[in-house]
Amino acid sequence: MKKFFLSSYILWMIIFTVIPIILVGYYAFTQTENGIIFFTLNNFERVFKMVYIKVFIRSLNLALICTAICFFISYPVAYIMADKSFHFSSTLLFLFLVPMWMNMLLRTYAWLTILENNGLINSLLKILGLQKINLLYRKETIILGAVYNFLPFMILPIYNSLEKINHNTIEAAQDLGANTFTIFVKIIFPLSLPGVFSGVTMVFIPAVTTFIVPNLLGGGKFMLVGNLIEQQFLRLADWHFGSAISLILIGVVFLVGIIFSSIDINNEGGNLF
Amino acid sequence: MKNHLIELVDIYKKFDDDFILRNINLYIEKNEFLTLLGPSGCGKTTTLRIIGGFENPTSGDLLFCGKSILNLPPYKRQVNTVFQKYALFPNMNVFDNVAFGLKIKKVSKAVISQKVKAMLKLVNLSGFEKRNVNFLSGGQQQRIAIARALVNEPEVLLLDEPLGALDLKLRKEMQIELKNMQQKLGITFVYVTHDQEEALSMSDTIAVMHNGVIQQIGSPQDIYNEPKNSFVADFIGESNIIDGVMLKDFEVEFAGKKFECVDKGFELNEKVDVVIRPEDIELLPENINEINGEVENVTFKGVHYEMLVRQNNYLWKVHSTVMSEVGSIVSLKILPDLIHIMKKEK
Amino acid sequence: MKLLKKIYLATIFLFLYAPIIVLIFFSFNRSRTRGHWDGFSLHWYRELFADPKILNALYNTLSVAFISSVVAVFIGTAAAICIFNLRSFIRNIILHVTRIPLANPDIVTGLSLMILFVFVFRFFHFGTFGYWTLLLSHIVFNVPYVIFSVLPRIKYLNNNIFEAALDLGATPFFALRKIILPELMPGVITGFMLAFTLSIDDFVVSFFTTGSGVNNLSVLIYSMARRGINPKINALSSLMFIAVLILLYVVNKRDVVLSKFENNPGDVQ
Repeated sequence: MKKFFLSSYILWMIIFTVIPIILVGYYAFTQTENGIIFFTLNNFERVFKMVYIKVFIRSLNLALICTAICFFISYPVAYIMADKSFHFSSTLLFLFLVPMWMNMLLRTYAWLTILENNGLINSLLKILGLQKINLLYRKETIILGAVYNFLPFMILPIYNSLEKINHNTIEAAQDLGANTFTIFVKIIFPLSLPGVFSGVTMVFIPAVTTFIVPNLLGGGKFMLVGNLIEQQFLRLADWHFGSAISLILIGVVFLVGIIFSSIDINNEGGNLF
Repeated sequence: MKNHLIELVDIYKKFDDDFILRNINLYIEKNEFLTLLGPSGCGKTTTLRIIGGFENPTSGDLLFCGKSILNLPPYKRQVNTVFQKYALFPNMNVFDNVAFGLKIKKVSKAVISQKVKAMLKLVNLSGFEKRNVNFLSGGQQQRIAIARALVNEPEVLLLDEPLGALDLKLRKEMQIELKNMQQKLGITFVYVTHDQEEALSMSDTIAVMHNGVIQQIGSPQDIYNEPKNSFVADFIGESNIIDGVMLKDFEVEFAGKKFECVDKGFELNEKVDVVIRPEDIELLPENINEINGEVENVTFKGVHYEMLVRQNNYLWKVHSTVMSEVGSIVSLKILPDLIHIMKKEK
Repeated sequence: MKLLKKIYLATIFLFLYAPIIVLIFFSFNRSRTRGHWDGFSLHWYRELFADPKILNALYNTLSVAFISSVVAVFIGTAAAICIFNLRSFIRNIILHVTRIPLANPDIVTGLSLMILFVFVFRFFHFGTFGYWTLLLSHIVFNVPYVIFSVLPRIKYLNNNIFEAALDLGATPFFALRKIILPELMPGVITGFMLAFTLSIDDFVVSFFTTGSGVNNLSVLIYSMARRGINPKINALSSLMFIAVLILLYVVNKRDVVLSKFENNPGDVQ
């Protein structure tokens, strides 16, 4: 009975997780010409063309900025809420998460109402007798949209790791003469690092690959990796090149995962710096 | 030939290429209180789990009234277990926990209610039927676990360190209660513990285990007074274990002196372990004919003093109701029949 | 200092809620232009319920979310129970593979499933993208969430309670049903809620795996937003937001009850 369930699940996993990735790999390493499929590395060579490298750099740049902003906003939020004397933390946490349960498209779409040419901000400016500004279709707008969408994914893990810190360790540090600043730098921050790492991955990866935000708020003017893949698959129907890019993304995610999990293991030794 | 109630025959158990049980031969009689005693990792819990049906031995047989029950799943064995961490069902109240086994046997509601009530009374928890098991104290949870097993009237009750999580006072009380219950109900108990005092005070028979092998089986008195090897001697009570040489029958040399003893049958000049209980040593004023040493440390232990006496490189542990001053030179007097000689383990 | 903290939190809240409030506010606007308040009206709500396309997408979204999370709960719970008892080496391999869809960007999950479907269609000369590919994809990405919600519950389960039930005469199936599953329930519910909401929220995977003509809300909104925005979407968003709020409120209460149960002092570790 149990064997049956287990082998069914393994089969399920192979069909829906392993084989699709193998297929992506298959397309990435082949090309079709006149109906003949042959092995090639051309798709990967193409990735290194200047046009595409620029796309990669742009995506990484945007994602890094977005992750950094999320981190600097979230840490204080999580820190305030994790304070034991703070009574409303569970309600507040709930309220922080509510917008996240709304459809991401609707969330992003909502910003259009505020930012567009006849939107709320420009209407306010007009009332105040000021010049309209073009807020949409800029790099900053995309960053704003990404930060807005991914912020709670940074707050939650950091909050969880801060909340788990045994209060006795902080009291012990106080007892040993550490001041608030030292306690934060030497005890609290190091202990919250696992949360920070998982927050960073949870923001960075979707931020690199998002294509809704640039499409809606960037007006399609900014080609990011996500847009590039979407374009290859759905508009140009060049699955081979699209797969090559996707395979590189999978590799990057894998690498990031390995780096963070190895850092995490070091953490358990308690020796951080 | 009369069958034993339970018999373990040549049981071996292998986990990941390591034998954690070797050559286990053990029988348990009806109404016996048998304790498997040993340090953690000695294989005692595995032995119990084999009897309960939660593990299968790699080889060997398990007989119940002379018939092999190895192929019976746990839910068909006439054996019930009290688990180390109680394993109460957190989604059920006290009554439902205790009634669980009876309900499965499709006993009528009236009988269940009556039996559960009687059993809760036996464990001094009358009126606790509707309580949430998660909110009970450790001692109460422990009693529920015992009641839950006993209500099924098993032939054998297996107890896996059942008192391990309780504090000392409660543990002492429960030891007495458990022993009373066992005698009153006439059920066979197989009890696992690492606490030698618990084993000595409760058991009819003790099997001392170490590294997956049974070291000695016997009554508490036998095991305490006549330990078979230095491990048992050291594990059961406190001991001085010192290297010695058997010069001939009834004569042993240790600590640089020759002693008369009651053991024989060793080879000439065979190296042996000499085991002497701390309470078997008498401290006398310095005497050229005995072992002399300097008292290094004295601790008051309630009933007696424990003194550490330095003699050359060996520190003797001595228990006595009379205190000798730290720094005084004393001689150690040991009577021949209190010297236990043991073969060196290879 | 305390005031400063409050102001800070309030600012972040404003940032998170401002777009939603604006969205809801303008859903009651009489005119089509946003940013201009032309008076209160329920006009867009009436329009919304008269639009078969939107209603159909709503139906697809909810039915896919419900069916996929129910199926995922069954597969995920059974898998979690089976996986947990494996030797650690095999277990780690299975868990790592299970984690792949969680770690991968949505876009990769979406397009790799699309490739899989195309491959199957070509190979068997059968099938086409549509409701069932959408549903299947949602089940696929929901299963890992259920597994990782249920596994921690299994870990904290007292190992012996299953054995205790067997010991008292219960068959393995009975013990699973009466003892183990009730204990795993909080994890199962969390997994279900997670799966349900993620399915409603999903755009990317749906975008790649649905067939033409079969829209869920995300896909529909995406195509509408690109053509110019209709205030009907505002009305729809407002309704969905309120629905989510109510749903979360109900679930959260339940969680509070459960977490109380988990933190009780007599609990055996």
